[in-house]
Amino acid sequence: MLPALIVFAYLGIVLYIGIFAFRKGKESSEDFFLASRKLGPAVFLLSLFGTNMTAVAILGSSGFAYQRGIGVYGLMASSSGIVIPLTIFFIGTRLWALGKRHGHMTQVQYLRDRWEMGGIGTFIFALTAAMLVPYIIIGVMGGGTTLETISGGQVPYAVGGAIVAVVVASYVFFGGMRGTAWVNSFQTVLFLCFGAIAFLLIARSLGGFDTAMNKVAASPKAFLLSRERIPAEEFFSYMFIPLSSIMFPHIAIMCMTAEKVGHFKKTVIFYPICIMLIWLPSVFLGVVAASQYLNVPPGETNDIIIRLLRDNTNLIVSGILGAGIMACVMASDSQILALSTMFTEDLFAYYGGRRKFGPKAEVWAGRAFIVAIGVVAYLIALALKDKAGIFELAIRFAFSGFAALAPIMLAALFWKRSTKWGALAAASSVAAGVLGTWYLTNISNDIAPKPPRPPAVAAAGPGTAPPPPVPAGAPLTAEASPATPDPAATPAATPASPPAAPPELVGAQPVAAGGPAAGVRGAGGAPRPPAAVQIYPALGNMFLRGPTNVTVYGYLPVMPMVLISGLLMVVVSLMTRPPSQATLDKYFPPRGGAARREPAEAPGG
Amino acid sequence: MKVALTLLVIGVLLLHQDTWNWTNKNLVFGFLPAGLAYHAFFSLLAAATMAVLVHFLWPAHLEDEESLRPATSPHTESAAATAGGGDEAR
Repeated sequence: MLPALIVFAYLGIVLYIGIFAFRKGKESSEDFFLASRKLGPAVFLLSLFGTNMTAVAILGSSGFAYQRGIGVYGLMASSSGIVIPLTIFFIGTRLWALGKRHGHMTQVQYLRDRWEMGGIGTFIFALTAAMLVPYIIIGVMGGGTTLETISGGQVPYAVGGAIVAVVVASYVFFGGMRGTAWVNSFQTVLFLCFGAIAFLLIARSLGGFDTAMNKVAASPKAFLLSRERIPAEEFFSYMFIPLSSIMFPHIAIMCMTAEKVGHFKKTVIFYPICIMLIWLPSVFLGVVAASQYLNVPPGETNDIIIRLLRDNTNLIVSGILGAGIMACVMASDSQILALSTMFTEDLFAYYGGRRKFGPKAEVWAGRAFIVAIGVVAYLIALALKDKAGIFELAIRFAFSGFAALAPIMLAALFWKRSTKWGALAAASSVAAGVLGTWYLTNISNDIAPKPPRPPAVAAAGPGTAPPPPVPAGAPLTAEASPATPDPAATPAATPASPPAAPPELVGAQPVAAGGPAAGVRGAGGAPRPPAAVQIYPALGNMFLRGPTNVTVYGYLPVMPMVLISGLLMVVVSLMTRPPSQATLDKYFPPRGGAARREPAEAPGG
Repeated sequence: MKVALTLLVIGVLLLHQDTWNWTNKNLVFGFLPAGLAYHAFFSLLAAATMAVLVHFLWPAHLEDEESLRPATSPHTESAAATAGGGDEAR
């Protein structure tokens, strides 16, 4: 029960932070949704990083590394470490400036004004909102299952979900962006402290990491020390996933909260280092775990770091771990606030609410939406408790979808000749791509290569009974977590060890897709299972199905989606009429002409 | 300068695809797999690259905006009236 009590203390702290932020706030939409655009450099860095990087970095990545080895770091962490800062540098700073100058609070507000469009903006709003909603539902589901697990069943799923929904909705309701940013900063510090504590305690308990690593090197799991089980195509196409970061509404909105553009300087420089501080120990520990636990089934690897902690540390650390998990679960706060901001600004205010009810009503409309989304998410989480997989899959595809929206933002910011029709074509291709990937995944479930299921969990360490697996719905899994980058945006869980028999294939052509590792034999000379099978044999390797994901000629769907979206943006823009000269002058003023600015109006007026 | 910085960024992105480390299982300092050590170094390189971009390519003109008071959204109901249903007409 001690871990559960620590978790409740954590919940109390974040609730207090939200209420404290409420006391500091003002009753204007600018203040509620953007903290008056006055976040300082430290909070801006920590909250932006915390919003983008949830505890999946600690928990899910370890499980993923246990299955696939050290390549997970290059796959998801170091690629994000360069791509995300680049997008913040080139796109985030411009969004900040445009927001400051023209009062934009959301991406759609900017795009509508930039391309003189209304309905197309609503379409982009609907697309982004649809891709964001699953995160919120998964967050409530995760809260219920996590509290139930941590309390040993004393807090039932329904009560746990309600507690998390109420706590998150409360501090977002009261604190708005200021409260959310402070909570995210607190969570980030907690992640960093937790990672450092876990790393040091486990190292001491194991008698040094060199011993553990040499044990792995001498075992059949030596492949974990290299990337030989990760296809080169997959490794390459993962570089596209972090493009999603800046297109997530909560990240883009967060970029508009900085007080000064100079705050971005430290953020983009320290971002790769922050990623390294969290991911490097996490991935490393995942590989170290292979020296302790021989064959954890793929579906249970995501709590591998919990096993390491429980077997190598004490109850207090387990409690801290519980708080870390809750921090992860509650990372949906930013999404809830972003959805509320979008609803208020892109629908309520845009379609006449501001004129009819006045500017102060915006804040209350936003708060009402926060309550509504909290209640709806809770009811869905209750009704579809056993169908968490649907939402987890939706989150996976959402990463590709948001990444493929990046060309739209790039065109809006840097290409005068771009048009709303180009944006419509690109956004439509994104919607088609997401739905198409979903369809291909569904129809190919029966032919997917099956990862091996070891008969039992072998705990070679000083183990007690293994901890309960993280339940479905808890966003801790490498396959499911709302983190950036998406661990699951694909990655077929490579079998931790070769199966005794080839996987079952039903009427499909097996393909040894992949990079340098393709076609080699597994440990002990056993043949590897085929990495993928052809979904439509007549189309050759165009659509391949791996154990958990669909690829296009071996590349993740995100890659063709981004390229097609960009191509359509260019081609259709060139075929259609650009916005008026007045709008182009507004968004592309001649250098030196910045003195002629619109007079700023009172916030919220 | 912009060309040099563009080449720098492209070069860094290419360095991420370290195919030469694909099957390298050596341990650096006796405990850190070489591939992991390489990408840890890459993270530091990414931070250094961003520092170079901030130094040489910082959009200083955006700092002019700092003196502005936040403006209101251009999207009032009047914008909705003109643009909301007017996409097809443009």
